[in-house]
Amino acid sequence: MRALVTFVYVFLYTPIALVVLFSFNAGRNASEFIGFSAQWYGKALSNTFLMEALRNSLIVAFTSAALAAIFGTMAAIGMERLGARTRAVFDGLFAAAIVVPGVVIGIATLVALVEVFGFINPVLAAIWPGDQPPRLSLGYGSIIAAHGLFTMALVTMIVKARIAGLGRDIVEASSDLYAAPLTTFRQIVLPQIMPSILAGFLLAFTFSFDDFIIAFFVAGSNTTLPIYVFASIRRGVTPEINAIATMVLAVSLALILIARFLMREKKKPTT
Amino acid sequence: MASASTNDIEFRSVTKNYGPVTAVKDINLNVPKGAFLALLGPSGCGKTTCLRMIGGFEQPSEGAVLIDGREMNGVPAYRRPVNMVFQHYALFPHFNVEQNVAYGLKQMRPRIAAGDIDRRVAEALEMVRLDGFAKRRIYEMSGGQQQRVALARALVNRPSVLLLDEPLAALDKKLRSAMQIELQTLQRDLGITFVLVTHDQEEALSMADIVCVMSAGRIRQLGAPQEVYDHPADLFVADFVGKTNRIEAKLEAGGATLRLADGSAIPASKPVATDEAIVAIRPEAIRLSRERVANGASFQGVVTHRIFLGSSAEYAVNVPGLGDFLVTADRSTMNESDLVAPGDAVFLGFDPAAAHVFPASTA
Repeated sequence: MRALVTFVYVFLYTPIALVVLFSFNAGRNASEFIGFSAQWYGKALSNTFLMEALRNSLIVAFTSAALAAIFGTMAAIGMERLGARTRAVFDGLFAAAIVVPGVVIGIATLVALVEVFGFINPVLAAIWPGDQPPRLSLGYGSIIAAHGLFTMALVTMIVKARIAGLGRDIVEASSDLYAAPLTTFRQIVLPQIMPSILAGFLLAFTFSFDDFIIAFFVAGSNTTLPIYVFASIRRGVTPEINAIATMVLAVSLALILIARFLMREKKKPTT
Repeated sequence: MASASTNDIEFRSVTKNYGPVTAVKDINLNVPKGAFLALLGPSGCGKTTCLRMIGGFEQPSEGAVLIDGREMNGVPAYRRPVNMVFQHYALFPHFNVEQNVAYGLKQMRPRIAAGDIDRRVAEALEMVRLDGFAKRRIYEMSGGQQQRVALARALVNRPSVLLLDEPLAALDKKLRSAMQIELQTLQRDLGITFVLVTHDQEEALSMADIVCVMSAGRIRQLGAPQEVYDHPADLFVADFVGKTNRIEAKLEAGGATLRLADGSAIPASKPVATDEAIVAIRPEAIRLSRERVANGASFQGVVTHRIFLGSSAEYAVNVPGLGDFLVTADRSTMNESDLVAPGDAVFLGFDPAAAHVFPASTA
């Protein structure tokens, strides 16, 4: 049994370890390690196409994660007020949204966006007073929308768990102490659920930053970092790609660790 | 605030339904200003629902709750001049002690000057003997200290009514008795109306000056602690407030005589208009002795258990034909020869006037 587990872990992590190792390879060949060097990192960071893809990815990830955090939190708070049965339905829907395969979300979002654009663009053209009516098309906006919608479910699940652990009594205590509902939310509820909102934000950020499948479907002609990496692979795996992968890995791991830290069980006040 | 009423709280035919379940049924209740009322009853009797309707966390389904003569239906908790001490204190974990206590004052409009808030918070902390703890985090405080923070946080607002929801339930026995005295002293000094919810009859009797015994959403008896204890309105109150021995009996001679299950007869303390009755007698009203007592009711039995309680002892005595009796004996009033052990044959005697007679149908 132990041998099996060991085997699984070796199988799981060897490729990743190799990527990290070869990112420091002094040679060009991806199959033999000549010596230690950081030159590929330098090369990757001075690649303007790569840097632009990275910048796009960061903007998309930040915007979609921020939207997901805001709307996901609102959904989590709203769901608190639902009856038990309705809430179970919504719980199920949110859980389902997380397990739907990326390909399906990608295609579905693409089809939906194209349909919506096909409907709205003629309308916009008809009612626009100027000569150049704006045309909606696939681009960063659609990636942000797709990622935001998908990761919102993630934020909702995380924040909802925290709200459930919050207990009604501090909300009632605040109300008892003359605080109107909005004040209670701002001064009591929000500080309590803030760590879980941040954790949700970071996970959403990581997801969006790493996502290739959905972005590939709805990006149009735009490039995010995973799309750039995918495109470069066709020209062969270079140590430069390994360097990029290692950097992405490091950033993602760091974000997830921070998220885990924020979601940890807070020390409960002794009663 | 100009007083519109001599009652701080009034319940007028208040009913509260949760779907098909009726938690509180047609309650009428007046709490005079400055009173210390205890709502006493088993869990699920509606006492907490009543408290929450005063606090504004629940709205009555029918009838009205009045605070200081003003009808409060539809008024949310944050616009009511009452404050509550929650069962698990409900302190804000991300604030320190001082911030917790100042919270209510900071919400008040028109705004209170910062200096006044600081002064009142300091006074409140001093009142609950927590001066010097202002900057402490909540999780650094013990249960008893958290309790006092909760108390200060409520009292600092000078509410016209303080609501206490089983505030001492989470404390150990010693701390609980200390807090009982502290609460009573505070209540007398401040003159604020206190409404306490508890399932602990000892707590209710020792602290309150009005006890309201509830069961199944209704008030069973309302009165001073001594009155409720000495003259329970029905069998439920007799059982719930203090311990009670029950003897089944039939009424004879027009309700003047009770024929007990073992065939003996005692005079009824008051006439009852039923055939079947339950005689209720307190454990401490029964005298335990080795010789038969000349006057009053007397029964012979065998001691089955003895529970040593320090200053007193409880005996379980089996009387043939009548069942088991619980007898409390105060050690200071007992002779050496009266100290009995399990297996000893003893006589139980009581004054029939001290026994309460209830119709059997209320059992």
